[in-house]
Amino acid sequence: MNAASNRQPVLSAQGLQRSFGAVVAAADVCIDIQQGERLCLIGSNGAGKTTFVNMITGYLKPTAGRILLAGEDITQRSPREITLKGVARSFQIPQLYLHMSVLDNVLAAWHANQGSRHFLRPAHDAESVARSMDLLERFGLQTMAMQTVRELPGGVRKLLDIAMALTGQPKLLLLDEPTSGVSADEKYATMDTVVQAIERSQEQVSVVFVEHDMDIVRRYASRVAAFYSGRVIADGQAEQVITDPEVQRHVTGLAPASRTSHALSAHREATA
Amino acid sequence: MNTVPSLYFVPQSATRLLSLAVLGFVGLMLFGYFSPKWVVSLATLSLANGLVSLGILIMMRSGVVPFGQGLVFAAGGYAAALAFNHLGVRDALLLCLLGGVAALLVAAPFAPLLARYRGIFFAMLTLALSMVMYGVLMKSESLGGSDGFNVSRPTLFGMLAPASRPELLLWSVTAFFTCLLASLVRLYCNSSRGLLSLAVRENELRVEYLGSSVVNVVAWNYVLAAFLGGVGGALSVLALGHIEPNFSYWTTSGEFVFVAILAGQHSVLAILASSFLLELVRSFSSSYFPNTWQFSLGLFLLLVIRFLPDGLGSLAQKFPMRRARPAPPLGGTAP
Repeated sequence: MNAASNRQPVLSAQGLQRSFGAVVAAADVCIDIQQGERLCLIGSNGAGKTTFVNMITGYLKPTAGRILLAGEDITQRSPREITLKGVARSFQIPQLYLHMSVLDNVLAAWHANQGSRHFLRPAHDAESVARSMDLLERFGLQTMAMQTVRELPGGVRKLLDIAMALTGQPKLLLLDEPTSGVSADEKYATMDTVVQAIERSQEQVSVVFVEHDMDIVRRYASRVAAFYSGRVIADGQAEQVITDPEVQRHVTGLAPASRTSHALSAHREATA
Repeated sequence: MNTVPSLYFVPQSATRLLSLAVLGFVGLMLFGYFSPKWVVSLATLSLANGLVSLGILIMMRSGVVPFGQGLVFAAGGYAAALAFNHLGVRDALLLCLLGGVAALLVAAPFAPLLARYRGIFFAMLTLALSMVMYGVLMKSESLGGSDGFNVSRPTLFGMLAPASRPELLLWSVTAFFTCLLASLVRLYCNSSRGLLSLAVRENELRVEYLGSSVVNVVAWNYVLAAFLGGVGGALSVLALGHIEPNFSYWTTSGEFVFVAILAGQHSVLAILASSFLLELVRSFSSSYFPNTWQFSLGLFLLLVIRFLPDGLGSLAQKFPMRRARPAPPLGGTAP
């Protein structure tokens, strides 16, 4: 065994199972996430990616298996307890405080995460405002600090959603489709901003993100896990997983070149 | 830019708020001294009721509306009246504090349960509790049953009220509690817990996923509202000199909600002003058209809802000097 494999993973999902009636959303899912790793979950709709994220964050409880966070069993913990232990998440549909300003959204996140629920100490004290503005600056949102969230475009809301998740200085950050709803032109800029903001965090944050765009996956993931029908069918380096025939058949929809040409030839022969 | 009035109050430092509270107290004392007796009596009752509605403001800012604040209003009132008649407590300040603490103790056991409900379920559960209290009070002979019982005039630091202006003693206590509690509510709304209350109102799921307990926030708001309601109840009993089960009746609870809706959630002062306005409208309406005064009251509320959906308090945010909230400089002070 090498040194890397001896390291305790930040999070270890062991044999997770979860069904919704006859639909199997997770079947013996085993994934370890190492510190500083950028793991991307790919898979078609209903493959079990979001179920996996929801189980890690305590929103769904697995029917079997367990989840260890730095060695501690968090399987039956509530979302709030898991958040306080260092797992933060953003959402496919940003979960924000729409009628509050951008700054107030981040401030509320700070105070919630820091457990500072004082009865009389001002929420807008200089230190909290400075830290919030610093975070907004990392996401390029500082000029929108006083704007009401419901006036913001989808891409900005996505960034704010992720910024709020970072206020608790998490060990593990889960991003559910960070570029969904963002125009094709802005996807790379959005991901660049997110990655740079995460890299500027004080602690080394492990990131798990769900993504459908394979170009984004190739560029930003250090490791990829492909889901199909509730199972992990491939797990490894991005290029290795994306070019895997099983992944191409069930996930990416890109058949291997040899098989495609063979199918084309057969088709031509049949129609000739 | 910002098209809806912000629910977050313009932050004030504690020192500035304390100065404003002292100034407010002095102003109210002068108002009482130069106003006729009926105005002072009316203002005393309206401020006492306004404190109960202030509690509803706190609850509304976390997304729930209690329809049963009669429970804590009656608890505070009965506690003060019983302490006066049976324990020999005569000091008005002490009686009001007793009322507040008694209401808090009555409400606290229900807070964790109520905090799990929202919308109409929360409103109906609070209403049910107040009506249970009403039923108990009606059947309790030792508490005067449906007739209630009387309370004499209190003292203040051992002094009796001046014979020429007896209403001024209670007015000074009312003014003191109103200024103190209104300032504290203002500070609370601007605190980190106050901001979290707004967050709960906006998106409970996100609050939980940021590590805070929604139930904890709502439960504490209910308990704080109970203390305010209890102080209001005690002041009302001392002002009326009489208490009866109607303190806990649903129409009494409804009036507190009426004031809170009339004022909106944008201003503490608007709650107190709306309470005074309600008493004024009620007083004049019942004098000039006694059989239809509820009609004029309802019409008044409809007009406010139609033309000022955010309540009278939203008028304050329309003033040019308060509309603009300058962007905070990096690392600078709060907006």
